[in-house]
Amino acid sequence: MKRVRRLTIALVAVSLLAAACGSGRTHGEVLVSTAASLADAFDALEVAFEAADPEVDVVLNLDGSSALREQILAGAPVDVFASADTANMDQIIAAGNTADEVFVFAGNRLEIAVPAGNPARVTGLADFARSELLIGLCAVGVPCGDYGRQALEKAGVVPSVDTDEPNVRALLTKIEAGELDAGIVYVTDVLALNGRVDGIVIPDEQNVVAEYQIAAIADAPNPAGAAAFVEFVLSDEGRSILEEYGFVVP
Amino acid sequence: MTNTSTSPRRRQRPPAVLVILAVGGIAVFAVPLIGLLARTPWSDLPTLLTSDVVVDALRISFIASIAATAISAVLGVPLAWMLARVEFPGRSIVRGLVVLPLVLPPVVGGAALLFALGRRGVIGEPLHQMTGLVLPFSIWGVVIAATFVAMPFLVITVEGALRNLDPRFEGAAATLGAGRWTVLRRVTLPMIGPSLAAGLALTWARALGEFGATITFAGNLQGRTQTLPLAVFVALETDRGAAVALSLIMVVISLTVLIVLRERWWRAL
Repeated sequence: MKRVRRLTIALVAVSLLAAACGSGRTHGEVLVSTAASLADAFDALEVAFEAADPEVDVVLNLDGSSALREQILAGAPVDVFASADTANMDQIIAAGNTADEVFVFAGNRLEIAVPAGNPARVTGLADFARSELLIGLCAVGVPCGDYGRQALEKAGVVPSVDTDEPNVRALLTKIEAGELDAGIVYVTDVLALNGRVDGIVIPDEQNVVAEYQIAAIADAPNPAGAAAFVEFVLSDEGRSILEEYGFVVP
Repeated sequence: MTNTSTSPRRRQRPPAVLVILAVGGIAVFAVPLIGLLARTPWSDLPTLLTSDVVVDALRISFIASIAATAISAVLGVPLAWMLARVEFPGRSIVRGLVVLPLVLPPVVGGAALLFALGRRGVIGEPLHQMTGLVLPFSIWGVVIAATFVAMPFLVITVEGALRNLDPRFEGAAATLGAGRWTVLRRVTLPMIGPSLAAGLALTWARALGEFGATITFAGNLQGRTQTLPLAVFVALETDRGAAVALSLIMVVISLTVLIVLRERWWRAL
């Protein structure tokens, strides 16, 4: 239903294209490559942004930041990149693929996620060394995987890992299903799953601050739309939406 | 490739439109390969091919794909025989069930396996309680995922061969006093031999290439559950050279299987 409605909106938008072009407003599709951990917050941002400007259709391309980075480096027609870390954005900057400035727009913390009820009685990162537990992390190179390993290192724990998942949502799915006993995810993920997984706080001295960056892409098919969306994410309205989903805003 | 010197149409030139479209068809298959070869770091290849990730992935892939093929043979040949030779209620439903993994997205298959055989699954939970066995995140999970997606190839090929087999051969053997087991062993199986071989090779190739069900059901851990396709997927984001080297291995293996199979496969169909 939603798809059909979107199609109708798109058709109406196309038919009004001539008029819209003259007015200097943004219109058309804005493709936003979004880190998986931002999924819910960006869904809400998309709705708010489209409500303010019905001629724009924001399309979210959700995956691990490293996969998104590879797509952009390979020339995917992306308008905006929202990365869960600086390392992946740095590669986009180095390749000269950012249109303008790169902004830090949100921060996040790590948390241990366990199946609801915590059947394996996990209490902290030290439990990640227990070989009898099924432990999942994000893969190396995926931000949640790199952050998670940093936290384990700070805690002096050598984890007994059973699977390296391609992104944080894939990891959460297996934790929620009870197939994994614990994994390291973001505070915002535990919040978003709303009781379907339990969170165990990682103390500050072991924790890592994830820094989210956003930028319009140099060859964006829709440069005006890209700039407008980035501006919206950084606006007071955008910041309050991000806060609502548990992100720390600068 | 085929010798057309005896064909009466040998001097006719094919219509230009068809040739252009056919070249487009070739491009669909050739362009990705060209891309792969263009990105191959040839000088680093020996180092990449002997790296831990590649060697581990090769090992897991070979163990799992051969095990999946063996299980498919043990369970799949009798199933194909039942489907071809025995009238039983619900046969068309069973046949649909067998074909399902061919059309089902492997990720869906993997999720279904997780819900059935996972630690909290319908069958997996009692299994875990009784034996302590956990299938996901183990080589068993990889084998099961590969069997699920690959066995249909064996069942379909063997069933087709059994249907095409003239039952009079088996009848004659029986008339001459051969028991049912002897008929099966000495007449039926040898006669469907080429199809069985083709089915086994296709099953093995499909098992080797399996990705979606594996990462969903068995997870991804180097040296335990990370097969060649999973290693390619992970390496694409961390080490593109290794990803290309792994991809080349898969292409070479697949091509070899297809070339070896070509004759048998066409005859079997």
